[in-house]
Amino acid sequence: MGRLVCIDPVTRIEGQARISLHLDDAGVLVDARLHVLEVRGFEAFCVGRPFTDMGAITSRICGICPVSHLLAAARAGDQLLAVTIPAAARQLRELLNLAQILQSHALSFFHLSCPDLLLGWDSDPARRNLFGLMAAEPDLARAGIRLRQFGQRIIELLAGRAIHGLWAVPGGVLTPLGLEAQAWILDRLPEARAAARLALERYKTLLDGPLQQEQSRFGRFPSLFLALVGPQGRWAHLDGDLRLADAAGGWIGEPIDPLAYGELIAEAVEPWSYLKFPYIRSLGYPEGIYRVGPLARLNVCRGIGTPWAEAELVELRQRSGPVLLASFAYHHARLVEIVVCLEAIERLVEDPGLRSAQVRAKASLNRWEAVGVSEAPRGTLFHHYRVDPDGLITHVNLIIATGQNNLAINRTLLQVAQATIPSPLAANAEIPEAILNRVEAGLRCFDPCLSCSTHAAGQMPLLVQLIDARGELLAERSR
Amino acid sequence: MELIQLWLNDQAVTVSVGTSLLAACRAAGLTLPTLCHLDGLTPVGACRLCLVEIAGCSRLQPACTTAAADGQRVHTHTQELLDLRRMAVELFFAEGNHICAICVANGNCELQSMAVLVGMDHSRFPAQAPQRDVDASHPRFTLDHHRCILCTRCVRVCDQIEGAHVWDVAYRGEHCKVIAGLDQPWGAVAACTDCGKCVDACPTGALFRKEEGLTGKQPDPAGPARLRLARDQGRWWIP
Repeated sequence: MGRLVCIDPVTRIEGQARISLHLDDAGVLVDARLHVLEVRGFEAFCVGRPFTDMGAITSRICGICPVSHLLAAARAGDQLLAVTIPAAARQLRELLNLAQILQSHALSFFHLSCPDLLLGWDSDPARRNLFGLMAAEPDLARAGIRLRQFGQRIIELLAGRAIHGLWAVPGGVLTPLGLEAQAWILDRLPEARAAARLALERYKTLLDGPLQQEQSRFGRFPSLFLALVGPQGRWAHLDGDLRLADAAGGWIGEPIDPLAYGELIAEAVEPWSYLKFPYIRSLGYPEGIYRVGPLARLNVCRGIGTPWAEAELVELRQRSGPVLLASFAYHHARLVEIVVCLEAIERLVEDPGLRSAQVRAKASLNRWEAVGVSEAPRGTLFHHYRVDPDGLITHVNLIIATGQNNLAINRTLLQVAQATIPSPLAANAEIPEAILNRVEAGLRCFDPCLSCSTHAAGQMPLLVQLIDARGELLAERSR
Repeated sequence: MELIQLWLNDQAVTVSVGTSLLAACRAAGLTLPTLCHLDGLTPVGACRLCLVEIAGCSRLQPACTTAAADGQRVHTHTQELLDLRRMAVELFFAEGNHICAICVANGNCELQSMAVLVGMDHSRFPAQAPQRDVDASHPRFTLDHHRCILCTRCVRVCDQIEGAHVWDVAYRGEHCKVIAGLDQPWGAVAACTDCGKCVDACPTGALFRKEEGLTGKQPDPAGPARLRLARDQGRWWIP
């Protein structure tokens, strides 16, 4: 008789989810599914609102990456106004997004993933959390918390609030960078760089030791990758061309016009999850699997353009191959992006142009449809709006990074489960918590934000279920 | 000037005949909360926040529309009145769609400040979440009916100060709303002079300049009184 294993709730992710592992009659694992249990309906209730509200409304989707939604909404707003924003505004938005990526990656790596990576998959679950990390490696935990604070404080200095500031608007931003803010950032940069260096050194010792196999095998499969790239194919996060790359890292076709994203991406739905399944339309569902986020950005770009990060990227590719195919490499990619963010912040903040008073282009509504694209910490983010002649929203579609990774997350879960759960599984065999934790960790590689991806509210737990061939629940493990 | 004496919370107060109870309270240093009242406009007693107890009167009376009378004994801050004021504010929040987090008036909203003043930390009434419209047809201003509390300040300031009378109140009960030009889209109303007095008088984020949709609203509720004073004194402007 088949079985169902449930991990419910999943912990140390942003949002509420359940993982189910499906076994056939012979006890062989045949499927793994991430069930996202939240729905909020932002796309419905935004209809009828002025387009100028979209930054405020959509940034409330999430408390971790409100900046990403704010910037995507502002960029869509730029297009509705049909303006070219001032150079200073473009740079200031870049600074905001870099700080956002930095703080979110720090949260993912230090707070959410380090307990697994440093304390071990098999460590006591009661201590396998940030507090356990603080007890075991206080210097690293402190560095991580301070690094995240650095990013959050930059956001606060620019936007007035660390969370849900409404500073980026259609046409630019509201205020330039103040001298005091600039001084604070420059003052704290050396400490932030030291934190990143410490994390990279510590992580590489793990890759050379206990995590050697994970880096090359954990969630490894070919897929397409989608990301923005800048001039000469450089790593980009806000302005740039949208590029699709294949599993060998080669760009496919020409740069993609964001307004034509619907020709590239289609969205499938499954009855067992509120999270949609975006896929590459031309390849069909589910063959059109692709990944976005730090891994994809590093695979799609031809280089980074800042010295330290460039060197780290070269080393990462030496360790993992020219194209990063293992989902586990998201962690390392995140650390490399933390370095990019720090170097880019340093370069930007010293530019006197950021104190220019000309930070906003003003216009009234000139277009009725727009797609704002930005790179959120977890990947490419699309905000598609249509408005009526008065500027009231008539249609909204939000395509969120975690949604775009949905097929890849499920593929990763299945692969990790197949690699770790004995097969065939005896009918009454217990699955150790440490093994289920590895399955959870397959999800954590993606740093999923389920609140964002379903635009949904909820708590932060995860459930793993074991389901038999007839769909009956045989066992579940939850926290 | 004929003077009268009344007792406000057992304190003797002397005011001139024709003074409203609200003005008498303020003259005596008492703070009565109001939302529909605006100096320079005629009072209407719509918000019910300035209700007071008058000895010998079986019903509570709004201080803004009740004249002070000689020998009157008035209580303004009994526990019952405080409870009723809080309840009135809770009803405002339950009746409309007041989402401070995404409102242009967040931080500059009289309804929000009133909630703090009366100690409202939640509403005991289920939110009605009404389906309402946004009128963005005017080239400079937007009317968001979700945030309107029907104080009618806009109606009165347009009629009494600007003299354009663009606004009225139409429909009944839960469908009651302010309308422009006999229920036309605001942008189609030729009588509107685009002066923005209604926006400055609005206590919430219901009326705002389109620019303020990005920057946040900076209302000017003292405008009508300033204009009224300037006209009385024959001056074109009082800063």
